[in-house]
Formats: sequence, C-alpha cells, structure tokens
Amino acid sequence: MTIHRRTFIGAVAAGAAALSAPMVLGQARPRVVVIGGGCGGATAARYIAKDSAGAVDVVLIEPSRVYYTCFFSNLYLGDFWELENTAFTYARLAADYGVNVIHDLAAGVDRDARSVALASGGRVSYDRLVIAPGIDFVEGSIEGWSPDAQTAMPHAYKGGTQAALLKAQLAAMPEGGRFAMVAPPNPFRCPPGPYERISMVAHFLTTHNPTAKILVLDPKENFSKQTLFENGWEQHYPGMVERIGPDFGGDNVQVRPDTMEVVVDGTVEKVDVCNVIPGQRAGNIAALAGLTDDSGWAPVSPDDMRSRADGNIWVLGDASAQGDMPKSGFSANSQAKVAAMAIRGELTGSRVFPARYTNTCWSLIATEDGVKVGASYEPTEEKIASVESFISQPGEDAETRKLTWEESVGWFNGITTDVFG
Amino acid sequence: MRRAAIISAGLLATGASPAPAAEEFGDRVRGELLFTRQCSACHMVGEDAFNRIGPHLNGLFGRAAGSLADVSYSAPMRQMGENGLRWTPDTLDGYIAAPQATVPGTRMNYRGMADPEARGALIAWLRDFSDMPQNIPESPPTARRVPEGIDPAVLEIAGDAEYGEYLASECTTCHQRDGSDRGLPSITGWPTEDFAIAMHAYKADLRDHAVMQMMAKRLDDEEIAALAAWFATLD
Repeated sequence: MTIHRRTFIGAVAAGAAALSAPMVLGQARPRVVVIGGGCGGATAARYIAKDSAGAVDVVLIEPSRVYYTCFFSNLYLGDFWELENTAFTYARLAADYGVNVIHDLAAGVDRDARSVALASGGRVSYDRLVIAPGIDFVEGSIEGWSPDAQTAMPHAYKGGTQAALLKAQLAAMPEGGRFAMVAPPNPFRCPPGPYERISMVAHFLTTHNPTAKILVLDPKENFSKQTLFENGWEQHYPGMVERIGPDFGGDNVQVRPDTMEVVVDGTVEKVDVCNVIPGQRAGNIAALAGLTDDSGWAPVSPDDMRSRADGNIWVLGDASAQGDMPKSGFSANSQAKVAAMAIRGELTGSRVFPARYTNTCWSLIATEDGVKVGASYEPTEEKIASVESFISQPGEDAETRKLTWEESVGWFNGITTDVFG
Repeated sequence: MRRAAIISAGLLATGASPAPAAEEFGDRVRGELLFTRQCSACHMVGEDAFNRIGPHLNGLFGRAAGSLADVSYSAPMRQMGENGLRWTPDTLDGYIAAPQATVPGTRMNYRGMADPEARGALIAWLRDFSDMPQNIPESPPTARRVPEGIDPAVLEIAGDAEYGEYLASECTTCHQRDGSDRGLPSITGWPTEDFAIAMHAYKADLRDHAVMQMMAKRLDDEEIAALAAWFATLD
C-alpha cells in the first residue's frame, strides 16, 4: 500500500507542522527517526522497517559503528568470552532491512518543526520519533568522580571500550591487590549487573591472582538475586568478597582518582582498581528534548511507550520511566516491539494488539553456575506493573544451574539476532 | 472494581477501547487513611520506622512471616514463617481479613478488615514501602492481572442450586458449611458473581493456591455457577 504525502497529511491533524518541516518536501513515505541503536532503538527500527514492507522510511541515528552489548560483557571480564563475542554492527539493518543508518550524534530535537539536529550539522525531519538513548550519569552522584576520571576509575557501564580498559586494569593488579566497586543507587540499568560483575572479577582473580580481594561499597541494603549471589560467592570464592552496605557506610563514600583511594564513612582505603558505577538518568538527548521529569527519566504511557510529553515521540528502554520493568536489554527489546506496532498502526493502519511486556535477567556466578530472574508485566492505568515473577532457587543442583547457563547463551544469540538481524 | 474490568474485557470483543490488562490493588490515598486509623497504633512505616508493639512494615513484601530480629512474635507466627509463609499481596490479604483465623495465636490484636476493597487499598499503599520490581525484579507484584477471557455471559449463567448442594460436599471438607472461618476463608453468602470470579481465577491459575487451582479445574462453567448459587443461599 503506497502512502502518498497528501493522503497522509490529510489523515494527521498536525498537517501544517509537517508541511513546514525542512526535509518533508519530496518525501513520499512517512518517516520514523530512531535515536539510539541499542536493544531498544535497533529493535524498533528493524521491526518498523521489516513489518511495514517499505511503507515507512526508517532512519536510525547512532554514533557508534559497532555496538558492544552491555549484557554479558561481564563474561569478558571473567575470561569466559572475548570482547568480540559481544560486538555487533549495523550492516544487516542497513542492507537487509533498508534502515537508513546515520552514524552521528543527535544534538537536539525541535519538537514543533519535528526535526532532529545532528552534531555534524545536518537536520533530519520526522513524522514520528523514537528516543532510546540508554543512560547517562548523574553529575556528582559519587563524590570525587566525574567523567574525566573514567580512565583512572572506569564505570564500564556502557559496553565496549571501558570494558576493555577495566579488564586490562584487572590483569595488571599487583599480587594480593584490592579491586573495589562503588555500586550505584536505585534505579540503575541491569539490577543484577554489578553483582554478576563481582562474580566474574572473582572468577578472574581466583585463577590469576588468588590472594587479591574485592571490596563492594553499596548504598543499597538489598539487590536482585542477593541470596543467590552471596551463596555463590561463599561457595566459589570464599573469603574474597567483602560488601559494605548502607548500615556500615556504604552510602557515605568518596573516591580519590588521583591517589586511588576510597573513603568509607571517613576511613581511607587504598585500592588498586576502582570500578565506579554512578547514579543514572535518561540519556541526555531525552532531557534536551524536554521529555524527562524531576526523576531524570522520561514518563511514558504504559500501553504503548508513547511519551507523556509529546504524542509524536516514543521513549524506550533504560531512558523511560517504565514502571516495574527493570532497565535491561530484554525489557528494551520487549518495549520496542510494542512501540513499533503502535507506530506502524498509526502510520499505515496496521493492526495494533494489546501490549505484552516481559523480562528475564540471567547472571553467571561461576563456571556453569547460572541463575535467572524474570517477570511478566501488564499495563495498568498508572504504569507497567509486575504481576508475576520467578527466580532461581538457592540449593538447586548443579545440573539445573548448568542448564540455566546454557539457556542464557541461547537467549543471547536469539536476542542479538532479533535486534540486529 | 474487578467486576467492571471483566465486563469491559468483554466489551473488547465488540471493538470498544481496551480495558487495562491489570489493575492496581486499590486506592493508595484511602490505604494511607486506613493505615493511620487502624494500624498505626502498633505499626510504623517509612524512613524513621522502628519496631514497636508490632514490627515495622518497611520491606514487608517478600519477607518471611515472623522473621524480623528484635520482635517478640508469637510462636505460631514464627512457625508460619519457618514453614514458608511469605508476605505477598495475596497472603497479606488473607491475614488482614482474619488475623486470628490465618495465624491462630498471633499477638496481633485486630479483629480483621472485612471489606476487600479496603484491604486492597491498604495493600496498595503498603506495597510502596518494600523493594520495587524495577530494582529487584523478583519482588512481589504491584498489580493483579485482570482475568482475561472470562466472558461476562459465563458470569450470568443461572446456577442450579440443587446441583450446587451436591457438588458442595467436596468443598465442605475444608470450608465450613456454617460460614465460620477457622483457618480457611468463609465461602458462604458470597454474591454469585464474586464466587464465580474467584473460582474462574483459580481455574486459570491467576489466583495462587495449589489445592484451589486443582479443585477449580475439575469444574466446568455450569458447575461453578451451581456452586455459586448454592453457597449464596447459606449464611
């Protein structure tokens, strides 16, 4: 079905705004612009392109030429995987699905003119916009840390280069040295992530530096899969991991990148490697576009992920205030499919079904000792709510844990194909 | 509230706007008022909460019953926790409705909150003081799935009360025919629609209880209507 510009504009109330947008003249198809090529954005781009069979023009704006998954990047730290195992390009999205991939940074959004400004100086107009920029860090969240300290004290909380840096620092630790992690406050991307990282670092050190120690400074009392991780650390890495929670100063931490020290409740501790994971907020472009609220995240409609601030814009994944769904790649992919269906429905009249949301998080604790937590979610009037969940049990046998690990690899292959084609 | 949601789920079939697939447990604002009036004499929540006559209720959801340190729980409450009772929206609902029946011997000197909507409101408000699924995905739910696919017509089947009396012999081995609740909820005098909704929810595994799920799955729509009709006549 061919959508002619005039027919389309006639069907949309904001006709005048569309006519005044710079690049609309000469456009025969409605255009969806997607900012962010991660699990949320790339999935949305692929699903809109493939399911509309060419009826919708899809543009994806993503600065990185290679996407390194955050999920399972810990396996590289743990010496289970190579960094390349987590690397994906946008080649298939461009070649097989006809997504117009622009490697540039979105510098701003003009919501009235419906266009996106690129850092390199161009503009791209849109009929509908999807913003899926992931996270950025809250300034001043960890006293003493700022982005210019990320070489001394990496966050490694956005895939790729930082993971390689952290791994190199880990490998260079002196014998019997100390690895510290400053864990983030709620809410943050990937709730079990920091603790899987601890497990993987412990695994690496057990082989390469068995007298080294790990110190976790945590402002939170509880974390996801806590019993499973703590049991696992006791079982596989006894005596290596010490966690200081809020009762003992975990919420009163300062870091000194110049001297490689951390200060906990006034006590100074020397460290050899320090992984600082600061507090988080929506990726900056969401704030620049005026879509975020005081929480730092972008409120959306639970039924379809549409921004509550602008009816032509959808916000997906970590950047959204997504109710009970954790901030994860799985969630972003799940939300993207709901959004893609809603957007296609609006632009081409295709059928729109009720939203279905789900998430599962797998974590590797040690060799063939995998655990998982998952839930199913439904939209209520107010938010996306969790209605049912499951979690691996303490005391499961080794065979169950091995199967959980194997299934997680199967999921990784499945989701990366779903996202990148 | 649940009734309206089911009927509007039926409307979905006729092309009207979709009903929410899940509903909040209740009205939080009302829940806070109820807490202040009925619970706060013994229990605290929030930042400065501590254990008083009753334990503080921060982090209640997902917690094993009788498990906080420095609280003099009754032995039965401790035992329940050790036997696996965890506080979830469903178990709390049962306890608040009839504390002495659910945990006989509990030190909680409260007669019970009879109105299910009031309990829902209280639970909705209390839920915010425990870990949220966004941060701890395994934490208890914050909403209840609306039983989808229960055609309103099913709820309107006029049950054969005589047949219901016969079928009820299976139920009264546990549920008291005289309507008292000794350890198990009373099922007499329920409006037929509420009775049928509950049974269909067990049948669809939307409501949690292994025995009730099994019992419900043995009954078809007519049989559930018959039981509803029969039990409605008792009080």
